[in-house]
Parts: sequence; structure tokens; C-alpha cells
Amino acid sequence: MIKIVHYINQFYAGVGGEDKADVGPEKMATIPPISNALKAQFKGEADVVATVYCGDSYFAENTEAALESILAYIEEEKPDLVVTGPAFNAGRYGVAAGNIAAAVTEKLGIKSISGMYIENPGADMFKGKTYIVSTRNSAVGMKDALPLMAKLALKLVKGEEIGSAEEEGYISRGVRVPVWEKERGARRAVNMLLNKLNGEEYITEFPMPMFDKVDPNAAIKDITKAKVALVTSGGIVPKGNPDHIESSSASHYGKYDIDGVSDLTAETFQTAHGGYDPVYANDDADRVLPVDIMRDLEKEGKIGKLHRYYYSTVGNGTSVANSKKYAEEIAKELVADGVDAVILTST
Amino acid sequence: MVKEMERAGLPTVHMCTVVPISLTVGANRIVPAIAIPHPLGNPVLDHEEEKKLRRGLVEKALKSLETEVDGQTVFED
Repeated sequence: MIKIVHYINQFYAGVGGEDKADVGPEKMATIPPISNALKAQFKGEADVVATVYCGDSYFAENTEAALESILAYIEEEKPDLVVTGPAFNAGRYGVAAGNIAAAVTEKLGIKSISGMYIENPGADMFKGKTYIVSTRNSAVGMKDALPLMAKLALKLVKGEEIGSAEEEGYISRGVRVPVWEKERGARRAVNMLLNKLNGEEYITEFPMPMFDKVDPNAAIKDITKAKVALVTSGGIVPKGNPDHIESSSASHYGKYDIDGVSDLTAETFQTAHGGYDPVYANDDADRVLPVDIMRDLEKEGKIGKLHRYYYSTVGNGTSVANSKKYAEEIAKELVADGVDAVILTST
Repeated sequence: MVKEMERAGLPTVHMCTVVPISLTVGANRIVPAIAIPHPLGNPVLDHEEEKKLRRGLVEKALKSLETEVDGQTVFED
């Protein structure tokens, strides 16, 4: 029987949520429900022989050490293929899942697949090094993701021909494969043009890659004269979260007046973020948004001025399109307010 | 978010723990932080020591804003 090892995070392993995100890698004696659900999709053709998990923060902060132990656990099982995730739009989990799948193939020579949402940073980082099945942005997509992942996994192990990204449902790996088309190129091009002119649907055969890099701005000449603003995706808000910024997939951002505030305390500020253990930020929000230090530096003349308002949203599971929109609005206000530079902190 | 700040003409430094994500999203000036739940602090230190650690990181961030960069640059120690 085909042997599969499944990698998941501490949440799906049933160990705990963000409060347990710092646990190190472990192999489970009994496979958890999600691995059983994956196994069911193989319909007896493959068995999930072991499940390995690691805390998301632990993996992000100790990547090399974590990867080494995880690969050792996997190698012991001599699997035919490793499945990681699905991670949906969970950033740290997606990066871990992609990284492990890529390393399993690269270092152990074992086939691998993963699953995540296309905007997960792990997708861009590892889509060329493993097969990443395209999933929805939350666990609502589990029932669609597992069958696709299982089907692709079996095909890979059996050495069957893997179809295009659209056919199989994985995220395009940037690999070109020669195929025979029914019609010659000239005809296809003219048909595409006619469809376009008629306002009908047409599908390009060569999507242009999106290079959305922004060149760095010139440095600040003299920071002691500059007005500096603080912005965060770490969800720091006044105590009580007056704007009700959501703990994940934030639908808006907040703008907060810190005139006269020289220290963020447990009584006055907190985090609204649901994607990391909030204990440390709730205890002292300066650990995410360094208002105390900026005030000291302002007093000492090391910076010109700390901007009167800071801006905050929750980066947890928030779509790229929304983040972009919030940041455009924030940047416009900052420019209008004569801000010279920005420190943006993320958790 | 860092990219939109930069696009609007604001030199921006991204202080974050997971540097590969910052590189993927396209930050130009990056200062690596301490840990995901406390990027600019460390709860095992006493208050004064922790402030000193945070100050060091913020000063590094300010320094990065005063440094001309060609492309994505990670400001290590």
C-alpha cells in the first residue's frame, strides 16, 4: 500500500491554538481527525502512516532546526509521498507547509504536495518546488481541498501524467510543457482577437507575470528633522477595541490619536489580532508598536517628531486586496499630513 | 501595506519577525524582529532591559531610513 506522511500545524493536531504556537515538532502516535479525513479520500489506495506537527510560530522562528527534526521524523517512515496542510490563508502555516514539502522533495527525494490559498505567502515562495493545490482562504474549503489533494497525490505516486494547473487544480508552477493543440496558432490568435472585440470571454495562452515591485524611495537626509509615523498590522488598538477591528480578515483599519501618550500600558492598549498569542501585546503593546521608544527619541531630538496618529489593522487572514486598499488610504493621509517616513511593524 | 506606503513616496521600514514573508510581499527596508507575538520586546527580560532591546531595534530602523538602498535590503546587526 502507498504510504503517506501528513504534516499539519499544532491547531489541526489538537494541541492548541495560538497559545501553543510555540511548540516544537512532534510525531503523533495516533493520527488526528484531519489526517483520517485525508486518508478516507484515498479510498484504500493509500494509508496515512504518520502525522507530524509543529507550532506555527516555532517553525517561523526556528526554521532550520524545526525543518531538520521534521525531515528526520518523515524519513523514519519511508513514505512514498508527503502531504502538508492544507493551510488555506494562514501565513505562517502556509510558509511552513510549503517549505517542508519543498525540502522533502529536494533533500529526501520524496514526492510532496501541499495545499493553500493563492494569496498565502507560502504559495509564491514554494509553488515551483512542490505541487500546491489551490484552496479557498479558510477551512470552509476543506471538503473541496482534500479530494483534490488526494487525487493529485495518488497520480504523483503512481507516476501518472500530471495535467495542467487548471486541470488538476494546483497553483501554476511556472513550468512550460509542450502540447499539441487542435488548431494552429494563427487561427487561435485571430479567434481570441475576435472574442475580445466582441466583448466575449477569451483566455490568453501567455498570461503576463505580475511584477509588482516598488522601487525604494530615497533615504531620509536627516532623521532628526523628520516626522515619522507608526503603522502596524499587529492589531494594536485602544483598550476595548473601539472600532471593533476583527481578529481575522479585518474589514477596516483604525486611526488613533497618541498625542501626549508616552507609553502603551495594559490598562490603555491591547491587541485585536487573533493570529498570535495576545498575552505579551496585551501586557505591553509597545512590544508591537514602539510608542515609548519613539517618544524618548523625540524628546532627545533623535527624531523630528512622532506623527500624532498611528494606524492599525489586523493582518491575520486579511486579503491582499483589502490590505492594499487600507494602505493606499493610510498613505494618502500620511502624505497629506506631511509625514516623511514610516515604521511599519508586523507580528 | 509596506509597498503601498513606498508607492506613495514614503520611505518605509518593515519591522517583522518572518523576513522571508517580508521579502515576498516586497518590502525594501527590512529590520528583523524578535518573535511573532512580541516583535519589539522580550517578556523574559526585566522592563529596563527590554526597553533597551526595543530601543536598539527602533534605532536600527531609523538608521535604515537614513540609508540609501538599491533594492530589497535586510538590515542585520
